[in-house]
This record gives sequence, structure tokens and C-alpha cells, in this order.
Amino acid sequence: MTKKIRVLLAKPGLDGHDRGIKVIASAFRDAGMEVIYTGLRQTPPMIVEAAIQEDVDAVGISILSGAHMTLFPAILDEMKKRGADDILLFGGGIIPDEDKDELEKMGVAKIFTPGAPTEDAIEFLRKAVTERKRDEKLM
Amino acid sequence: MFARDFLKSLKERLSRWDKTAAGTRSRRSMPRFFTVSGRDIDELYTPASITDKGGEDYYFEHIGLPGEYPYTRGVHHTMYRTRLWTMRQFAGMGTPRQTNERFKYLLEQGGTGLSTAFDLPTLMGYDSDHARSLGEVGKCGVAIDTLADMEILFDGIDLSKVSVSMTINSTASMALAFLLGVAEKQGVPFEQVRGTLQNDILKEYIAQKEFIFPPTPSIRLITDLMDFCTRQVPQWNTISISGYHIREAGATAAQELAYTLADGFCYIESAIAAGQNVDDFAPRLSFFFNAHSDFFEEIAKYRAARRIYAKRMKNKYGAKDPRSWLLRFHTQTAGCSLTAQQPENNIVRVALQGLSGVLGGTQSLHTNSMDETLALPSEKAVLIALRTQQIIAYESGVANTIDPLAGSYFVESLTDKMEEEAEAIFEEIDRRGGVVAAIEEGYFQTEIARSAYRYQQEIEKGERKVVGINDFILDDEKLEIPVLKIERQIEIDQVDFVKKIKGERDPGPVQTSLENLRQVARGDGNTFEAILECARAYVSVGEMCDTLREVWGEWTESAGAMRAS
Amino acid sequence: MATVLDRFMEGDVRALSRVVSVVENRTDGYREILAKLYEKSGQSLRIGITGPPGAGKSTLVNSLARQFVADGKRVGIVAVDPTSPFTGGALLGDRVRMEELPTDGTVYFRSMATRGASGGLAAATDNVCIVYDAFGFDITLIETVGVGQVELDIIDTCDSVVVVLVPESGDAVQTMKAGLIEIADLFCINKSDRPGAERIAAELKHSLEVRHRSDDTWTTPIVPTEALNNKNVDRLYESILAHFEYAKSSGVLQKHRREQIRRKVRSIMRTRFQRELDARFLSELNLDEIIDDICDGKSNPFDVGDRLYDKFCRG
Repeated sequence: MTKKIRVLLAKPGLDGHDRGIKVIASAFRDAGMEVIYTGLRQTPPMIVEAAIQEDVDAVGISILSGAHMTLFPAILDEMKKRGADDILLFGGGIIPDEDKDELEKMGVAKIFTPGAPTEDAIEFLRKAVTERKRDEKLM
Repeated sequence: MFARDFLKSLKERLSRWDKTAAGTRSRRSMPRFFTVSGRDIDELYTPASITDKGGEDYYFEHIGLPGEYPYTRGVHHTMYRTRLWTMRQFAGMGTPRQTNERFKYLLEQGGTGLSTAFDLPTLMGYDSDHARSLGEVGKCGVAIDTLADMEILFDGIDLSKVSVSMTINSTASMALAFLLGVAEKQGVPFEQVRGTLQNDILKEYIAQKEFIFPPTPSIRLITDLMDFCTRQVPQWNTISISGYHIREAGATAAQELAYTLADGFCYIESAIAAGQNVDDFAPRLSFFFNAHSDFFEEIAKYRAARRIYAKRMKNKYGAKDPRSWLLRFHTQTAGCSLTAQQPENNIVRVALQGLSGVLGGTQSLHTNSMDETLALPSEKAVLIALRTQQIIAYESGVANTIDPLAGSYFVESLTDKMEEEAEAIFEEIDRRGGVVAAIEEGYFQTEIARSAYRYQQEIEKGERKVVGINDFILDDEKLEIPVLKIERQIEIDQVDFVKKIKGERDPGPVQTSLENLRQVARGDGNTFEAILECARAYVSVGEMCDTLREVWGEWTESAGAMRAS
Repeated sequence: MATVLDRFMEGDVRALSRVVSVVENRTDGYREILAKLYEKSGQSLRIGITGPPGAGKSTLVNSLARQFVADGKRVGIVAVDPTSPFTGGALLGDRVRMEELPTDGTVYFRSMATRGASGGLAAATDNVCIVYDAFGFDITLIETVGVGQVELDIIDTCDSVVVVLVPESGDAVQTMKAGLIEIADLFCINKSDRPGAERIAAELKHSLEVRHRSDDTWTTPIVPTEALNNKNVDRLYESILAHFEYAKSSGVLQKHRREQIRRKVRSIMRTRFQRELDARFLSELNLDEIIDDICDGKSNPFDVGDRLYDKFCRG
């Protein structure tokens, strides 16, 4: 059995538009992944705590409110603080190209913008998770 | 509507025609003919499509004349020949001062009403200086913390002259209280204040998810406001029952229609249960629908909405005043249909969608700007969107006659189908114990998510073509339109301003009015009156909401809302 | 570098999460880890929450967790959702209700997909409970899938089983009655402000009167709650504690846990045999020829089964 991909999907900030993230959640499920959906208005500490507890391979967030330049960096910082920065962070939303480039430079693995097929996100995640190696000894 | 022997000979002719047509069908390239909502469409519609159940009285019972029951053809006798729809463009960003400038610009360009978009902290009951507001201030709309902001927003705009629409829900009472506060300062009596408040909390639980409190106290805020306005602000449209967001969240046309009307009936039943007389408040209710891309399906949706509403208001709720039977509505073109790819094409989408709203008999219209999948609209994009409406109104000729598509076999048949489908959904909601119970178990949320996913799959499988998305793609496309950026400085300025107001105001009335709000919320007094008192004392949205949160608690979405979608 | 197990023993939450994954995925070495952790377990009280969809299980789990935390307890939660049999994927949505839980380490929440198990829990749920127990959680709350069937796995895993119903569950109760009555240590009628609450309570009471559980003098309480409004959840909480006290003092708990161990040993054996069979025998066996014979009428599935069994036993 190949390892199941576990991914956490969350909506940070105050924005409640969850159509996109729910479509992605269904698409990931149908691609055989285990999707943990945490719901709306998650703060960066809540998202990172959930990611740690659920031991996910990746965290995906959706922001349509324009607050992406505040929220993505806050989540990255929190991940570093909690020693969880080996978890992939990716996202989607109404994000202009220049912001997208800047976020990807900061350490966001990938930003998807409106119109991107769900298949792209699935392929990205499969590839990124397979390439990621865990360096740990159990006992 | 048609004589029996005519229908008989029509059916014979049709079966002959069908045999001839069969020879050409195999050459068709499209596998399926279906609407945006996934509804299959027949090859041909004829009188036989609409008469099977109607009989002789079909015309008067189902279609009728404009301005007459059941209002399928429109709520006014002469419609656009007397008065065009209101061209009401939604605007709001940054600080109150910036939005004030955009408002004045729209009025100068021939806009005939104002529509205010608020930022997320205002909508969610947080002040600009709250930790949760970080990065969100002024982003999707204007930031309003206190009466002082509203004073700037309407600076130089006479509230007795312009009708004002405010797109706000959980904190709608606070926004109206601030507006009335401005009216008092301008010396405009409440009776002259005109406008519309969205104030539709049910669709927030169902679709847009900008809720604060649990459903029961939230509905109380609305019925209290309705009660106050009936007495003191008689020209105010207290609620705009909205399907727009339900559709944007992924619902089909029939789901949008049925869920929205069901929400409306839920408010009506709540107000009646609170002791209000249906004919006192119903004439001030209005609706707000989406104009999506499927031209005829949308037109049928609006026509069916009017008919269903009139029938229920008259027969089920016993409204006697014909004004209570009228479903008046605002329309906005579908934001979710716009593409970030080749964004200029959105102008064409918006024109077609706006046209469907007009042919469906809308009372007011917002046309989206082409750049809305990229950012908040730029001034140029907003102007093109407004010009689109003006071209429809003055050049296309569609406003010359009333309900020009009536009698189209296709449109009438589709209108009937919409009504049937909505009735079936009403029954389903009743089976689940009504709208609030259905929200609690996640029924609407699950159904909408399912529709949204199906739509996305249709696109990805190529069953549905979207220009620029899965066909007719430009490689190496370069963005050639300007994109508006909200500067960070705005948040800093707004945070400073709210702190300054909080520091300068008289603390006595702040405390007494907030304490009074707490007592009223615990008891059964009118919450709107208490909120108006707070507003006058420059109490902020966040302070009022925190007080109410303490009394009523907060709402979170049910786990069921994410299952089985 | 410290091993995952070392960090686990020091109370590192990330290490706990890794161990849960290792156990869930049956990664090499998981049995050794479990064997080690088992020595440290046996302290945690395990409470199962089961019931039909929409009964409000998640909300109740949330409220109960907060009550335990208020009493100074550390709480581990497992919430199980179904894996799609067609795609192997799962949508785990139970965290949505948990946002008010503290993030200071007093509550740990893990979503699990059934991954093919059909008894209401994931195959690894019981092992994950051992991990929780060893990590030092005083209380383990387990929320079953809740697809409207009686979910029997929960008896093998829990000390107390709460069956949550709502007034609208009348029909479900009719079809599930026998099983529900068997597994419930407590009944909770949630959303009890809705019509029909009293009727369903009366029906349950009647069924409980004719129930027979050997050596058990516990009277199963029927507690009405409104979890959404946090009404009466404290009564449910008290009843759960009362049941635990009863079970401890009467010896029922000891007996029950002994039975669980018996079933666990059996289940471990079954799983191992099954895996051996799959890995070393069935996967290498070409069944096509055999099936051709059966289809041609030269043989039958029963004789074939016997013959293969003998072959497997001879190694």
C-alpha cells in the first residue's frame, strides 16, 4: 500500500466564502486522499496546531478577502515557531501575480489562482509529498 | 390556452417533424444540451409544452398581466416605460473618505442609487483595531467602526435625496443605526430616509458564512429592526432576501430560487409569530437574485419567483394588501462566472447576464466589473460596467415593451418547471423541520457544495465549455488591465482613527447605552432601539457585538455541513 | 538525535502525532512501539459516543471535552469518518465543531478514516487509544462514524458507551433497537427541545425494562440535552462519571476489560493470519486456472478451498 496523503484544508481570516475550498476538498477525497477540513475563521495558531495533531503532509488554505499578504506569512511564522515547517503550505484565492511570486519566495510551496483545474492541485500535492522525506528514527 | 383540436393536430405534425429531424441529429457534436444548472433542455418547445396542465385558465392563473396577480409579467403595470430600473453599483473600499469619493464619482456618472460594501471586520463585528481584523481592514469594502465613520462616508451626500443600499447582515442593525445617526445630524427626518438593508442572516448560515450569533437571536435582531422601521422609517426596505450568495456558493438556479424564497417565508413567519401584521411589514420586503450565464434559465427564475411569492403571500399568509404580494428584486451579475483569464471577456458575460435581469423584470441592477476575479474593481472597470447597463437601457430596445419574452413556449415552460422544482424543495425543507432545522443539520450547505462540485467536474471533464478556462485558451496570456491595490497605510489610518474616537467620546453614555443593550438582549425589548442609542453615543460595532456575544454566544458551522458533499 | 519514542515519552505532541500515524499506517516497527506503550496504559477512561448522522455527536464531544478540561483532566479525542470504498479517500469534517477547544495541550484531537473497517471505527482506533493512554490522557473520547447502523466495534474499545439520538431518530431506533439497547451504557436524547423527545425517551425506557445484560445491575439513564445551547450536558457528564464509578466498584469494569483483552488477542491473531495469507500465499497464487476449472465444471469452490487450505498449512 502506498502511503495515504493526509492534507488539512482551512480558511483563515474572516472571509466565509468556502465554495472553492469545499470543491478542492471533494476533489482531493476523490483522488484518494484523507482530507481534514477545519472550517472557517481559523487563526494561524489554530491551523498549525491542527496540522500538528493531524500529522498532515500538507496544509492548504483559501483566501479571497485580500488579506493573503498578512495571513500566509503569519502561518509560515507559526509553523517555524512550532517546529512544523516541514509541512507543506499551499493555497488559493484571489491573489495578484506579484503577491503570488512574493509568497512563493517566502516559502509558500504553491499558490493556485481562479480557474486552475483541481487536477493541477492534485498532481502538485502527489508529487510534492512523494519527494518529501522524513528524517526520523522511531525507537 | 389553445383549442383542443389544435393541440391534437399539433401533436400529429410534431411526430412527423420528429421523424424528419431524426436524420440530421446524428451529426450533432455536443453530447448534451443542458443549462448552467445541469438542467436538460428539449430540442423544441411548442404550445404543447405549456398547456398540458393549464387548461383554459392557464393564461390568467399563471401568466396574467403586468402589475396584476400573479405578477409573472412584472410587478408594475407599465414597467420600464414609466421608470427604468435603478442602476445601483456596489462600491466600497478602504477608508470612509475613499468610498465617499467613489460614491460621488458614481453619482456624477449617472448612477441613480448608492450601494455600500463593507469590509470583513465590520461585517463580522470586529473593530479595525481588533487582532482578528489584522490585514482585513478596508480590503473588501469600507471600514466602519463608529458613527464618526458613517458621517464621513455620507459627507456631502444628502440622505433625503439619494437612496442608500447597504450590503451587511450580522451587523445590519448597527449600520442602519449609524445611517440614522447621520440623518439626524443632517436634519433629515427618518420618514424621508430611503434605502435597503441586506439584513438577511439565513443565507449567511446557508452560503456566505458571515454569521456571528446563533440563528434564533439573529432572527430576533431582524424582526426588531422590521418593527422599528414599520413605525419610524417607513420608506426603508428592511431586508433584501438574498439568493445571490447562495448561487455564488454553487447552488443551481432552482436551488437559489427555492432556498431564497424559503428564507423569505421563514422571516415572514417569524414576524407574524412576533405579533406583527403581515400587511404592515411585507410591502417593505425585497429580494436579491443572481444573474448567471444561462440566459433563459435566469429569466424563467425571476418570473417563477414572482409567481410563487404572490401565490403564497395571498393564499398561505393571508396578505390582503396587493403590495404585500409583490416580489420586488435587485439583481447582480454572477461574480462566480467571471474568469481571471482574458478578463476583458467578462464585459460580454456581464452584458448578457445584465440583459437577462432586465428581461426578467428586475427593479435594480448591479453589473460586475471585468476585473473582480483579480482584485477590487478599478475606476475604469466600474465605469464600463455602468455603461453596459446604460447601453441595455437606451440602445438595445429591450425596455420598450413589457416582459417581451412572455408567451415564448420555451420561457413559459421553463418558468413552470422552475416553480415545480421550487415547490418540491419547499416540501423537502418542511420534512426537515423548516429552514433553521435544515441549517443546523447542514442540509443546504451539503446540497450547495454538491452542486458546486458537479459544476467543477463538468468543466474539468470538458462536458461544459468555459471560454478561456478549458477551451479557447490564450497561451502566454499577459494581463493588460490595471489592478487596484489597497495600500497598507489604510489599515494603519483606520486603526488610529477608531482609537482616537474611542479616546475622545464621552464615556458615560457609552457605558449606559451598552449596559442597556445587554439588558434588552437578555430580556425581550426592542434591540434596534438599544443599538440606536449606542450608535448615538459613538459606541463601536465591535463593542456592541461583544456585548451581544456575551449574552447570546457565537455560532459555528455544524460538522454535518462538510459531509457527503 | 532523539528518537520519536524518546520525544513521545517526554510529552512532545509532534512525536505523539507521529506515533499515531505509525500505528495507523502499520509502519514497520509499529507492533514493537505498541508493545512498549501498552505497559504504560490502562489509566485512561474511554468513552464512546455513537448515534445516527446529524444527532450532534461532534457538538457533544466538544462540550464533554470542555467539562473534563474544566475538571483538570487531559483529554484525547478520536473522531472517525468513513473512507470512500471507491476512491479510498475520505473527508474528515469533525474538527469543524472543535474550534473552541483549548490549544494548550490539554486536548488532543485526531481525525481518522475507517480505511475499510465496517464496525463504526477505524481498524487502528483501539491501538490509537493505547497510544493516547500511554501519552497520559486521563480521558479518551471516541466518536464513531455514525452512518445509521449499530456500530459494535465501540464495545471492544470503550468503558462507557453513550448512544446519542434526536427526536427525529424514531425510525432509526425502530430498526436499530436491539443493537442499540445492547451497547448503550447511557442514552442521550439531544436536541430535546424539539417535538417527539418525550416519545422517544418513553420508547427507550420501555425497551430497557425488558433488556437483559448478565451480571449487570446498572440502570441505563436517558439524559435529554441541547448540546448546541450547552443545556444539560453537565447532567450527561455526571451520568458518565456515575457509570464509571459503578463499573469500577461492581467489578464490571474489570470483567469488561478482561473480555476486551480476550477479543484483542483474537483480533491480533486474525489480522496476522490474514496478512500472512495475503502476503505469502494468495498474492502468489494464480487463481485463473483454478477458476477456469470451476467454470468448466471440472471442480467446485469447496474442494478447491480445502485443497488450498491444506497446501497453506503445509507451508
